[in-house]
Amino acid sequence: MQIAVASGKGGTGKTTIATSLAASLGNRAQILDCDVEEPNCHVLMAPDIYESSAVTLPTPLVDPEKCNLCGKCGEVCNFSAILVIGKTTLTFPELCHGCGGCILLCPEKAISEAPRELGVVETGNAGEVDFVQGRIRIGEAMAPPLIKEVKKRITRDKIAILDAPPGASCPVINTVKGTDFVILVTEPTPFGLHDLRIAVEAIRQLGVPMGVVLNRSDIGDREVHKYCADSGIHLLAEIPFDRKIAEGYSRGNMLIRTNPGYTQKFLEIFESIKRLTDKSPEPPTGSES
Amino acid sequence: MKIAITANGKTLDSPMDPRFGRAPFILVVNTEGELLEVIDNMTNVNAMRGAGIQAAKSLADRGVNVLLTGHCGPNAFTALQAAGIKVGSDQSGLVKDVIQKFLKDGVGFADKPNAEAHW
Repeated sequence: MQIAVASGKGGTGKTTIATSLAASLGNRAQILDCDVEEPNCHVLMAPDIYESSAVTLPTPLVDPEKCNLCGKCGEVCNFSAILVIGKTTLTFPELCHGCGGCILLCPEKAISEAPRELGVVETGNAGEVDFVQGRIRIGEAMAPPLIKEVKKRITRDKIAILDAPPGASCPVINTVKGTDFVILVTEPTPFGLHDLRIAVEAIRQLGVPMGVVLNRSDIGDREVHKYCADSGIHLLAEIPFDRKIAEGYSRGNMLIRTNPGYTQKFLEIFESIKRLTDKSPEPPTGSES
Repeated sequence: MKIAITANGKTLDSPMDPRFGRAPFILVVNTEGELLEVIDNMTNVNAMRGAGIQAAKSLADRGVNVLLTGHCGPNAFTALQAAGIKVGSDQSGLVKDVIQKFLKDGVGFADKPNAEAHW
């Protein structure tokens, strides 16, 4: 089972929910921090990292001796990362998405792969929970291929919790795609509602079922409640504002460490998700038609 | 010699467009200041990335020698240099006035880009 934790709006408590859900599930869980630009789960979970591997993207390197300036490489490239101009074949490695099309199509076999480092994927343990995170290289713009590498580490027999970046663009879509359920963490404010709507619209296109966890649920207004009811989105849990949780967070402590009573609540969230994603056919209702 | 100039419209009376890669039109003139060709650059206007590189490529394919424009970013500049196209940047005004000024007084060609890369 794969559960993504996303939000739309930043700062709603994605990482708080993702880490505490994983820690509540204990040795059944694996957490994958897919917010590769700002991975934060490690701050709350203090994992032991035992493996770190570099992730690279193959970008083109042209051998000018072999190149006859035919220009096929530039015709196939969607991103202007390679082209023949004047008497040269120019490459712009930072624009390359690593599809390998130019290498494949070059009739002179003049193009080879030059790896560009995207970042690293680190694996380890946070207590009983298996821990994976991606960290993008500073200055690198392309997160999706690194997120895909993080997701390759998903262990099938575990409950994989994927902490998504905020927003609703490519990195979020790449995190959520292929998961079984998305928890959308939001807050009951006009900002929370505005960004929740955008996230819901984006995730609906992927067809992944979703539910909402409302954080700091007793501040703000009732508009998120109303939106969820009107659009048939399950409200999985409400977490009222609690100074104790905020203080624990400010010291880098996980929610269920500051408030162990919440462990039960997180296990209930998981049970709700299991019910909502149950694909087994409805039991017969007695009606023959 | 062919001279290219970034423009807002299709005629010599149009105002210049200060952007290189994302100008809607690029006009090509000869040394008499006569319009030889209007390059429709609309596909590059909405390109995610690489607009300047593609615009440079279309000038290179047409054998343009000089580009007159406002701003030129680092990737476009690299591509223009590779094609041997000289760049007169920081130009502004009506297309015809910029061309007349260039034909009369010349222009100091840029030795480096004068705009930031886009992200």
